[in-house]
Amino acid sequence: MNWPILALAITAAQVLLGLAMGCAVYRVFRGPRAQDRVLGLDALYLSGMLLLLTYGIQTGRTLFFEAALVIALLGFAGTVALAKFLMRGEVIE
Amino acid sequence: MIQSPDLPLWAAIIVGIFVLLGASITLIGALGLIRLNSFYERVHPPTLGPTLGTICILVASITCFSTLQSRPIVHELLIGLFVTMTTPVTLMLLARAAVYRDRKEGSPDVPQE
Amino acid sequence: MKRILPFPLLSATLFTMWVLLTGFSPGHIVIGAAVAVIVSRVMLALQPEPSNIRISSAIPRLAGLVFVDILRSNIAVARIVLFKPKERKSGFIHLPIELQNPYALATLAVIMTATPGTLWLQHDARNRRVLIHVLDLVDESEWVDLIKNRYERLLMEIFE
Repeated sequence: MNWPILALAITAAQVLLGLAMGCAVYRVFRGPRAQDRVLGLDALYLSGMLLLLTYGIQTGRTLFFEAALVIALLGFAGTVALAKFLMRGEVIE
Repeated sequence: MIQSPDLPLWAAIIVGIFVLLGASITLIGALGLIRLNSFYERVHPPTLGPTLGTICILVASITCFSTLQSRPIVHELLIGLFVTMTTPVTLMLLARAAVYRDRKEGSPDVPQE
Repeated sequence: MKRILPFPLLSATLFTMWVLLTGFSPGHIVIGAAVAVIVSRVMLALQPEPSNIRISSAIPRLAGLVFVDILRSNIAVARIVLFKPKERKSGFIHLPIELQNPYALATLAVIMTATPGTLWLQHDARNRRVLIHVLDLVDESEWVDLIKNRYERLLMEIFE
């Protein structure tokens, strides 16, 4: 069976996650300091990953989950590198 | 026409509730980024998303795909593991960088060593 | 055995992850085993100190405790974000700590940061204290008690 309520719920969840990404983008642009921007970026990739998961549920394709896994790993490495950069001004010492 | 997976009613209800719950929790966490005033306060709310938000959405996805029986639930478990293990590490590093910078500037908000 | 697989747990995890992500076929099992043996040797270059974890009932108890606390503090932080109570103030705490094992300290750091509302900032090994930031700081001694009684005892049971 195909339940319209479920389709509606998933779409609503996608809208909410999109709003969450909007909040994160606001923080990235607004700042005021560099660490706030990195924090916003961290929240942004996380919401993006969750959005991909909901697309995976909606379409039933595995592809989205692989993409989410890649985003989770790359986001981690990216934020760690940025935090390290903020600490000393250099990524590799 | 909006697409949705073919599920029995009970699974559809579980999936719908958990997806909505996870998305709302993540949104509340992101709202905290806007509504709180200082950096050290703002570090706290984004942990809502990776902990409870991710758990809820993964529960929904596990229910959905084990009912459809299209594939094993390995990806969800791995994503949950990665996200819950790595987010604290990034936040800790970021907060430490912020403390270091504030101390260097002699900001009064941060206790000195 | 020790020479071929210096870190059996790491090798086992790598192998399981490889097989689960790629699928059960003889070829992947061979490649996964090769990856597990070769890649886990990379850790030899880092020379980590042995962790000697004690397997006991403390581990599931700690996991359960962390899960319940994550649920509770999620609700607390969500309430703060949504309703912004006036009398709330946030602040830093110096938390005295007796744990010395680096693995135990790392576990505690991850647990506390993963729980919304508390953030681990800095461990001072000389003075045996930790700087943490708390979002809802009503009573400082209450937080210190909570962390010492809830987590530190269990972690000592597991690691020391």
